[in-house]
Amino acid sequence: MATSRLPVILKQYESDLLTEWVKEMSASGGHRANLMRESELREQAAEFLRLLQAAAQTGQLESIQGSEWEPVREFLARISRSRGIQGFTPSETANFVFSLKGPLFARLRREVPSAEALVGELWTVSSLFDRMGLLTMETFQKAREEVINRQQREMMELSTPVVTLWDGVLALPLIGTLDSGRTQTVMEALLQKIVDTGSEVAIIDITGVPTVDTLTAQHLIKTITATRLMGADCIISGIRPQIAQTIVHLGVDLGDVATKSTLAGAFQLALQKAGLTVTKVRSAPGSGR
Amino acid sequence: METLRSELFGIRSSSDLVSVRQAVRQWAIELTMSLVDQTKIVTAASELARNTLDYGKGGQVRLELLHDGARKGLRLSFEDQGPGIPDIAQALKDGYTSGTGMGLGLGGAKRLSHDFEIVSRVGEGTRVTITRWK
Amino acid sequence: MERIPILQMGEFLLVTIQVDMHDQLANTLQDDLTNKISTSGARGVLIDISSLEVVDSFIGRILGNIALMSRVLDAETVVVGMQPAVAITLVELGLSLPGVRTALNVDKGMTLLRRSLTSHGSEAGDGDPEE
Repeated sequence: MATSRLPVILKQYESDLLTEWVKEMSASGGHRANLMRESELREQAAEFLRLLQAAAQTGQLESIQGSEWEPVREFLARISRSRGIQGFTPSETANFVFSLKGPLFARLRREVPSAEALVGELWTVSSLFDRMGLLTMETFQKAREEVINRQQREMMELSTPVVTLWDGVLALPLIGTLDSGRTQTVMEALLQKIVDTGSEVAIIDITGVPTVDTLTAQHLIKTITATRLMGADCIISGIRPQIAQTIVHLGVDLGDVATKSTLAGAFQLALQKAGLTVTKVRSAPGSGR
Repeated sequence: METLRSELFGIRSSSDLVSVRQAVRQWAIELTMSLVDQTKIVTAASELARNTLDYGKGGQVRLELLHDGARKGLRLSFEDQGPGIPDIAQALKDGYTSGTGMGLGLGGAKRLSHDFEIVSRVGEGTRVTITRWK
Repeated sequence: MERIPILQMGEFLLVTIQVDMHDQLANTLQDDLTNKISTSGARGVLIDISSLEVVDSFIGRILGNIALMSRVLDAETVVVGMQPAVAITLVELGLSLPGVRTALNVDKGMTLLRRSLTSHGSEAGDGDPEE
């Protein structure tokens, strides 16, 4: 197999290629002037050319998975990530790679004499660049997924605050539907708080839970059972009349867990269980209050 | 999907149950699974290993570290040449107080895992495979 | 043969499980406890599982058995210190350890035991502080 002229071309015409490439990017709109300064773009391009040159020198142009191409892969992954954060579309980022093809092909046409050899060269170089472009897209996608996952986790944590109402009494207002994923998060948060505060009573308020079907009830029972296993007790509050009806209708057995229609009622019960009571302060004579 | 690492453990005695639990815990930690997720797969492994020993009359478990696109996972395949399970659906339903057989083993392990697969033939043996993804 | 030590504190027995027990050890513990309750006349048993990272159906059964047997011998058992990850896993497994009372830690467990001894009745609740 004939050796490609790519390494030689990259080395010999490095600065020219750089200039033409940057010009091509600015012209084709692959560069967003509002997102990145031209000087920064130039720096990125220059670094890529350097790394590309070093990798191409090894003569391995068939695959970019090997160790010779690792610096290039790392670079592409890095800029794909940073560009994603900056707001570039994946196509724009991939075009960073693809737009170098133009200047390179122009050089190849000049340097490679026979048409047949030229076709071979163009194919090798094109495949190589396609692989690199695809790599940027994959990295872009992965970075996006990481952001989405992180945001999902944060959302779940935000929507399950465990509040300390009093010494040893926790409250967990549930808002929204209770699916299995949410139940896991809720259980983890509640149980950890029980350990951290040494609380023995947890009030789970379901005022904000729109419907209670069999599955939701099962999740609720799971949470109650887990709390019990840790040595704490649950009180379910915020049971609206419709929910009460649904529970009976579905034949859901909440066991012997205490239930109250309001959070206030639950709190009263919790204090009772803790052996506490609320008394009115006797106002001192002449205090005017 | 590719297997990054694989290891076989014999399940012939009750001390093997401890070894299996420890190995699964180790691999789960290496996968940086959360504490709850670690506990789930180690407990599931304990149940299935116990089944393999008690019901399957001994066997083995293969631990595999999987790489599937963006995610990594831990797959455990329990295999024995025991009597086999005549009614799998029933076995999955069995309650804790059921007299013979696996009690919560199968159903519990299924609930604690992301993927669950069971193949069993009476007189030939059983293979149960569970996977937990990170 | 290794066994898990059982400490006697007044009329209570305290067991701290710190290792991933193999079956033999667990069975031995069950036997040892039953014997000790009998010989010491202890009225309460505290089992500290705060170091236990895995509780499977076998261990669950052992704990249930201990609770049952001690009740027959007129003693109450309280399991304390279950780790959150373990509780979540047990619930998923379908184990609720009926008949086993629980408390957050040894301190609260003792309080629970003392209270149940003074009230003298047999209680069905799990970790339910009765007045």
